[in-house]
Formats: sequence, C-alpha cells, structure tokens
Amino acid sequence: MENLKQILADALSAVAASESESALDDVRVHYLGKKGALTALLKQLGNVSAEDRPKFGQMVNEAKDQVQEKITERKAMLTSAALNAKLATETIDISLSGKGQEVGGLHPVTRTMERIETFFRGIGFDVAAGPEIEDDYHNFEALNIPAHHPARAMQDTFYFNPTTVLRTHTSPVQVRTMEQTQPPIRIICPGRVYRCDSDQTHTPMFHQVEGLLIDENISFADLKGILQQFLNVFFEDDLKVRFRPSYFPFTEPSIEVDIMRTNSKGEESWLEVLGCGMVHPKVLEMSGIDSEKYTGFAFGMGVERFAMLRYKVDDLRMFFENDLRFLKQFK
Amino acid sequence: MKISENWLREWVNPDISSDDLVAQITMAGLEVDEVLPVASEFSGVVVGEIVSAEPHPNADKLQVCQVSDGSDVFQVVCGAPNARPGIKIPFAKIGALLGADFKIKKAKLRQVESFGMLCSASELGLSDDHDGIMELPSIAKVGENFRAFLDLDDSIIDVDLTPNRSDCLSLAGLAREVGVLNKTDVTPVDIVASIASIDDVFPVRVDAGEACSRYLGRVIRGVNVKAQSPLWMVEKLRRSGIRSIDPIVDITNYVMIELGQPMHAFDLANLSGSIVVRMATEGEKIVLLDGQKIALREDTLLIADDKAPLAIAGVMGGEGSGVNAETQDIFLESAFFAPLALAGKARSYGLHTDASHRYERGVDATLQEKAIERATALLLSIAGGQAGPVTHAVHDAFLPEAAVVTLRRKKLDQYLALSIDKDLVTDILTRLGLEMLDVTDEVWVAKSPSHRFDIAIEADLIEEVARIYGYDNLPSSMPQAAVNFTPLSEGKVAIQALRSTLVSQGYQEAVTYSFIDPNLSKQFLPNIEPVPLANPISADMGVMRPSLLPGLVKAYLYNQNRQQSRVRLFETGRRFIGSVEALADLDQQEQISGLIAGSRDSEAWYHNAEKVDFYDLKAHVEALFALNDGGQPTYERSRCEFLHPGRSADIYLDGVFVGLMGELHPQLSKVLGANQPIYVFDIALNAVLNATLPEYKAVSRFPEVRRDLALLVDRSVPVSSLEKVISEVAGDAFKGVLVFDVYQGQGIDDTKKSVALGLTWQHPSHTLSDEEVNNSVEQTVTALSEQLGAVVRG
Repeated sequence: MENLKQILADALSAVAASESESALDDVRVHYLGKKGALTALLKQLGNVSAEDRPKFGQMVNEAKDQVQEKITERKAMLTSAALNAKLATETIDISLSGKGQEVGGLHPVTRTMERIETFFRGIGFDVAAGPEIEDDYHNFEALNIPAHHPARAMQDTFYFNPTTVLRTHTSPVQVRTMEQTQPPIRIICPGRVYRCDSDQTHTPMFHQVEGLLIDENISFADLKGILQQFLNVFFEDDLKVRFRPSYFPFTEPSIEVDIMRTNSKGEESWLEVLGCGMVHPKVLEMSGIDSEKYTGFAFGMGVERFAMLRYKVDDLRMFFENDLRFLKQFK
Repeated sequence: MKISENWLREWVNPDISSDDLVAQITMAGLEVDEVLPVASEFSGVVVGEIVSAEPHPNADKLQVCQVSDGSDVFQVVCGAPNARPGIKIPFAKIGALLGADFKIKKAKLRQVESFGMLCSASELGLSDDHDGIMELPSIAKVGENFRAFLDLDDSIIDVDLTPNRSDCLSLAGLAREVGVLNKTDVTPVDIVASIASIDDVFPVRVDAGEACSRYLGRVIRGVNVKAQSPLWMVEKLRRSGIRSIDPIVDITNYVMIELGQPMHAFDLANLSGSIVVRMATEGEKIVLLDGQKIALREDTLLIADDKAPLAIAGVMGGEGSGVNAETQDIFLESAFFAPLALAGKARSYGLHTDASHRYERGVDATLQEKAIERATALLLSIAGGQAGPVTHAVHDAFLPEAAVVTLRRKKLDQYLALSIDKDLVTDILTRLGLEMLDVTDEVWVAKSPSHRFDIAIEADLIEEVARIYGYDNLPSSMPQAAVNFTPLSEGKVAIQALRSTLVSQGYQEAVTYSFIDPNLSKQFLPNIEPVPLANPISADMGVMRPSLLPGLVKAYLYNQNRQQSRVRLFETGRRFIGSVEALADLDQQEQISGLIAGSRDSEAWYHNAEKVDFYDLKAHVEALFALNDGGQPTYERSRCEFLHPGRSADIYLDGVFVGLMGELHPQLSKVLGANQPIYVFDIALNAVLNATLPEYKAVSRFPEVRRDLALLVDRSVPVSSLEKVISEVAGDAFKGVLVFDVYQGQGIDDTKKSVALGLTWQHPSHTLSDEEVNNSVEQTVTALSEQLGAVVRG
C-alpha cells in the first residue's frame, strides 16, 4: 500500500519533468508498460489477502488511469509548445505593404455625375444620351432660340459650318427624346458640352446634367420640391436655397437656383448652381407634345461646379490637366 | 447695365436700404452682378483753388503751390504737370484719409514743407485717370466738401439683364420695375416739348418701313460743341460707365441711359439732299466712327443721304457725318428699328454697341418723341442753339402691335399649384403696365405695354405673376407619379462596372478634351481627315479627335514630365470620324480607351519593378470582355499605323472589328518624347457592354483527368491555333486546355518554340478509363502533328 503511493508519486513527478515526447514515452513504459512498476503491482495481487484484493486492485487501476491522464495532458502541452516555437520562427513584418495592384480612381467629374444620376434614377428618371456634334435645329431652333436671337450670344458656340455645331448644352437630347416619345417623360441627360470660351473660370469643354419631366399637371411646385431635395441630398446638408427669376428661351417661367454658402470667415453669400424652368409651350409643340394637356419642367447644372463645391477644388482647369497628382486624390 | 443708385432714387425712392433694394431687384429677375462705390472711401478732401504755383527750388519736376480752401491758404508741393494758378482741384488737407492706411500729414519734399495733397481722379477712386490732378469746373465752390460736391455717397448698381428684359435697359425702366415691386409711385423726369424757334427741316424718307416704322428728326442750328457738359451729367454718365466726349454726344448718351432710346446726331453741314432710311446694296461701303471700313450686305438697314450711307441703322454712325469740333448745326435722330431687322446684324460685322444692344432686344416704339424732346431741351440749355420742328416719318402699318394675351385661372393655378387671389393677380398685371381688357373669375385678358417685348403667350403672364408674387413664396412639393419600373436588364453591363474593373487594375480615369491638335491627329492616323472646327479656341484644339488615344498619350507625357513614371489612365467618350456635310453618317461612337506604362506594380519591396508588357494590357482588355461573360473576342495581328507591328492586335467580336490594342509604335513614341514603352487599347464601348445571362449546367460527379503535353512547334504558329485543334479533336469528354509554359531559346531550334499544355477531361456520367484518355491524347497529338507540325518533346 505504501509502495503504491510512492510509485504513483514518482510517476506523476516523472511525467511533469518530461521535456519531450520521447521522454514522456519512456515514463509511460516505465510505469504503465507490460513490465512497468504499476503493472507489476497488479501482478502481485495474488499476495494480497482475498479480503483486501478488490480494493487494492481498484486502487492500482485508479493510479494507472491517473498517470495515463497526466501523460496525455503533458503530451498535448508539449505538442502545442513545439508548434508555438516553430511558429515563432516564422514571424514576419506585418507592417509591410500588400502585394499586387494599388487601386486607381474615378475622375471627380464622373464621380459627381454618378451621384447626380443616382438621385434621379432613384426617383424614376432614365438616362438618355445623344450626339455631341449637333445640328442647329436641335441645339437652337427646337429650343425656341431662332437664328440671331440675342440668346445665341449668351452661349459662345463652336461651329463646323453655319448649320452644324458642337452642342452648347445637353438640351438637344431632350428634344430628341420628346420627338420620339410621348409623356410621361422623365429623363436626365448627362454629357459633355462645349462653349467657345477659355479663361480662369471657363473651359471650352465641360459637363452638364440636364433633366426633363413632362406629365399631366406638373407644376412649378414640383420643380421646386425636386430640386430642393436634390440639393440637400447631393450636398448632404439642409441647404438654404433660393429660386430666382431668370430667362432661358426654352422655359417660361425661367429660374436660377442659388444656394447659400459660408466661407471660412463665416460670411454668407448666394451662389448660383443651376438653371431651370417650366418647359416653354412652344418647345413642347415643336417636338410634337400637346402643351394644353401636358406641362413639364427642365433643369440643367454644370457638373464641374458641383464637383468644385463638393471636393473644394478651386481651379476649374485642373479637371482637364489629367495630372495624376490631382486624379489620385479621388480614390 | 450700370446705374447710380442716387439717380434711381430721384425717380423712385422706396423706404428700403440699399442692400434690400439690390436683393429685391435680383429676386425680381434683374440680377445685380455687383454694387460698387462710386469713389473710394476718403475723407477730409475739399474743393481747393491753386492761387499760385512756383517752380520747386530743388527739383525740376515739382512745383510749390499756394492752395486756398476758401478760408486759409496752404503751401503744397505738387508733382502734377497741370498744376497751375486759377484751377480748382480736390484738395486733401492735413488729416485727410485717402484709404485706410493713407493719412495726409505735414511733409517735407526736398527741403520744402508741404501741407496737404492735390489729388488725381485715380487717387480718389473716381477713374483710372492719373494723368495729373483732377480739374474741377469753375462753378465749384472753394471749401466745399468734395464728397458732397460730387454726390459721392452713392453706389453703382450693375444689373445683368437677361435678353428678354430690354425694358429695363434704362433708368426709367428700372425705376418702373422698382415701383411695381414696392407699390411706390415713380416720378419721371418732366419733359416739355421745345417750341420751334426756326422753321428749318431736313427731309426724311423711309424706304424700309418694315424695319423702321418710326423715324423722327429735327434740325438744331447754332449749337456750341465746345460748351462744357454739366458736372452732374458727366458724373451720372461716368456711373453708367460712359465717358464724357462733348455735349452733343453726352446728351444723346444721357437720354439713352435715362429713357432707353438710342439717339444719333449728324452734322447738318455734311448731309446732302435728304435722309433716306433704306436697305444697303450688296457691297456698299461705309467708314464707321471707329475708322473701320465695312462692305455692307443687302440685309443691313442704313441711314443714308442722297449720296452715301451715313450710318448702319441702330448700330454705329459713319465717320464723315457725325458731330465734330467744327459742327454748328445738327440733325438729331430718334427712331424705332424693328428688333428682327437688327437682330444679329451688329455681331455679323463684329460690332456691338449700346444702341445695337437695345434695338436688338427691343426699344419702346412710343418713346421716340419723348426722347427727342428731352434731348432738345438738354441741348438748348447746355449747348445753346435754335430748334426747328420735329419731322415725323411713320409707317403705321409696321408699328409693333401690342399683344393681347388671355390668362386662364385654371392654367395659372395648375402651373403654380396655388390659387392666387384674383384682385392680387389683376393688381400685379396692372402695375406692370398691362391693360386689363377683361377680368372674370375664369380669365384675365390683358394687353401688353409697348415697352415689353416678352409678353406674347399665357405662360408669359404666368411668369409675370409668379415673379412679382415671388418665386420663394410659391409652394413646393414632390410630384406624384405612378410607379413604373423598366426591366432590370442583365443583358447589359453598366458602364460603372467597366470603370470599376479598370479602377481595380490601378487605372485612374482621365477626361481629355474632345478637340485635339490636327498635327497630333495626323501623327496617329495619317489617313483620317479629322473634323475641323470653324472657330477653334486655339490651333492646338483645332479638330475633333478621331481617337481617344492621342489625348491619353498627351496626358501620359504631361505626367512623365512631372516625374510620374508609372501611369495607368483610361477614358470613356466619343470619337469623331466622317464629315459634317453628312451629319447623319458621322461616326460619333463612344469608346473606352486606356493606356499603361511603367512598372507592373508600384515600386515596392517584393519585386524588381518589372515593366508592363503586352500581356498585362491584354489581361485588362480580357477583363473588360469577361465582365458578365459578354462574348469571346478574337485577336488578329494589327496593321494599325501607330502601333508596334509585332506587338499589337485588332480585336474582333463575332467577326466584327471592335477595337485594337498594343504597344505604341516605338518611332511615334520617340518622336513624342516618351521615355519608355506605352501600351494602349481602344475599344468600342458597345462591344464591352454585352452580358450573357448565366445558365446552370450540372456539375459532373466523376473525377477530372489531366495530361500534360510538351510540344515543339514553329515560332510562327500561334498558341491559339494549337488550342483550336485540340478543342476539335480531343473528344467528347474534353474539358479544357491551359498553357503553363512557353519557351524559346537555348536548347531548342531557332525556328521553334516549346509550348507546355495541360489538358483535362471529365465525363458527365462515368469515370474515364486510362484507355479512353490515352486514345484522346493520341488523337490530339496526331492532329497537332499533321495540321501544325507540332512534335511532342521527348
């Protein structure tokens, strides 16, 4: 009995002292193997009195289980320690950059155009496109700008010949849509437009998004509502907006929309951001739409202006230099 | 149009601040561009008189002046050459402030003491004129505060008028509008007809009655052109941006600004026979006031006499017939020219004048008599002379007819989504000068006033009501519409997806101009005649681009010159090929184009900055086509002039040419100054917008078998030919082939290359036996050998 206690104590300390799997295996053989110390005790069971035999047998078996359990435990511990040591040698510098392509980015004009499109698509507008080299009829005549109209001087036009121009606005796309479709019409026309003007604040090419909504009972209130919403959504701000009478030959009434801007000194000023109006009845009629039955509104905005406001770009010409140091700022 | 606020308030003076007045005008659709002070902020300046001027003892260019301020005399050293005894001048006394940091102090100039400063007009912010000190008229009262003397506590309001509002191109018009907005009375200037003191008339004949339905003329004899225009007039004109010339010109300008009627004065001595208002004959010549000699077209309205043209009507007078320093007798013109007859004419001769600006937009056809009387009265009082009776030449039939427009209650309410009180609508229209012919609960029938050229249809009246009511006071709502969705097409790739594919490959999107240098265009595409602009902004933006690539390459060079050696750019946009003479056939196709150059990845720790090559580019092109499985393009060797002949490909989709790709021709690259190879692609956008709807096919449960083949084949045989043969002969269970090595060089024949292929088979319904696969391999090897001369490497 005393012997069993001693053997168990020795076995457990030998397990705890094993520093490798093989050492551990030696311990196992030494105590639990066929000729092991604990196994030997069982063999001596015949020497124990019949009365004590079951109890002694049970005690030896419990001791064997206990040693086996400790061996398993110790083995798991040693395996895990070995793995950890191996992993430690495999450590790398995680601060180094990843391998492969760095991503590029969209041009701020495209990015802005996509924001504008997203808003209007969301309220049921389709996107329409059309030619950039246009005939005089679609760019001017059909928009109630006859030849020699003073409004033609409002837009410096690029000509190819007296009847062919680079479109000065994307409105001809609206005309082409009206010629082909009957209301309800809900479209926006994003794209390049051209004016013969180049200085600090003008580039001969720029981008517009124009929109057109024609249906029964469309009112000035609808125009105000949509554009106010659009400006708030685009700028993610509850903007102060004003609607100011203006003049475009293709709308009546005509409106310019200003937003209130605050500069770094806290001074407020109005800034014109878009032009719009109720579609002129003549424009509807010229494209085959009954102006008694239908009314509608149109609007147009300069994409660069929105991009400048949104991304705080202060030099319009940067948009067309294609300087990577500029473009890469728009990820 | 620029106008003095004080002058405006002489006519109409609502009880509101300047800021409110400006905001109000703007919100009525007459946008105020800016408000400027009429002079800079200064104080302590009085009217002074130079009593004496002596040369400075120590400086050639200075004088020592004794200057009176009415009570005392001060010594002032002055450098202005025009300083001389007897003239009155603005005198800044000790303590005067000329701008925030400029205080006049006692000073010593070359040992002579100076007490104050004599000022030039520019020093006071009155004009750019700094040629000497400003000379004031002799009536100026010495000692009077200079600001009060010139009424300088005033602002210039610059109104940017839209072309429809010609009625506001005058003080009278602006005053009328301000009156309407404030419901305030307007006090117009009192005009009294001058009684003719002589009988002289000069005959007038109007041949072109449609273009000129009213022509008034008057002879005034014995005017003094050397008389001084009164200071109030000079100042008012200055505040409208007009320089004083002589009293006759000043008065015609003044009446134009005040009433809106352009006028012209001829030297009577230079007129021969009679005034004839007629159309020009083709090629007829005139020398204009500004010295330009012009050959006229027959669509141009002229004022002529019996011998020659005197003026382009409503645009500019001729050189020989105008008032000059010797003029004694004049013939004064006040006419109505139809806007349509003058529209675009000035511009067609490269001219633009205050008169043409007004006539093209519309001058009130009832204004001519008032204007000629106003001008006569001013002339007689300023330049003297005796007036004859007014000659009227009128073509009644061609006088503009006032439009009668009906506004329906129903339409008004529908347009504005608001029902404005009937009396208010009537009041707004009446105050705007419309005559109410009929007002019921359903309609307003209104006759437009002679000064408005922009009221012709119902919508015009709606605009007037809305404008005066205030756009900001009108309701706002979101339109109601039936929800109506278009099908979500999966047969098209969104352009956004194409863009983001390239962006994820490291491309930056560029936007280059649609017009390029014609020489650059020729360097790329010598056989394409690009579409030229008639009026380009500059020669290097002279033609429409026939391809997006010249612009992208230019953008590359721009960046190369700024130390950016790794460049990836793409652009979407139209290219233009064809002729504007056949506009419908002109190709304005949208393209997607890209450019790469420099190292494959950004320079980094894990690689040796290997440069991009054809196959990098091809991966990007393939990605565009692969996006949503839009069709399998094929690649043929390209003959494109601007690409490397051995490293370029034409791209076909379903047998149709859709684009090209490759290395920019090294010669062109060199000429343009590129310092490394540039790879480009240019594809019709439509070709990569296709998408195929995926359709599920059962996945085989049986194992896949792979066999590798190493083949020796002539270098000229494209790998795609091997693939094609294999796919034809490798049997029903053949799944695919991949190329895992291509080698040429040491160890194999100069004319050959080694290609290593991995072929896979898989059967949908059973496990393939070795024998089956071996048979397929054998068939394949035989076919490759027979058709392409390929030999299996040992």
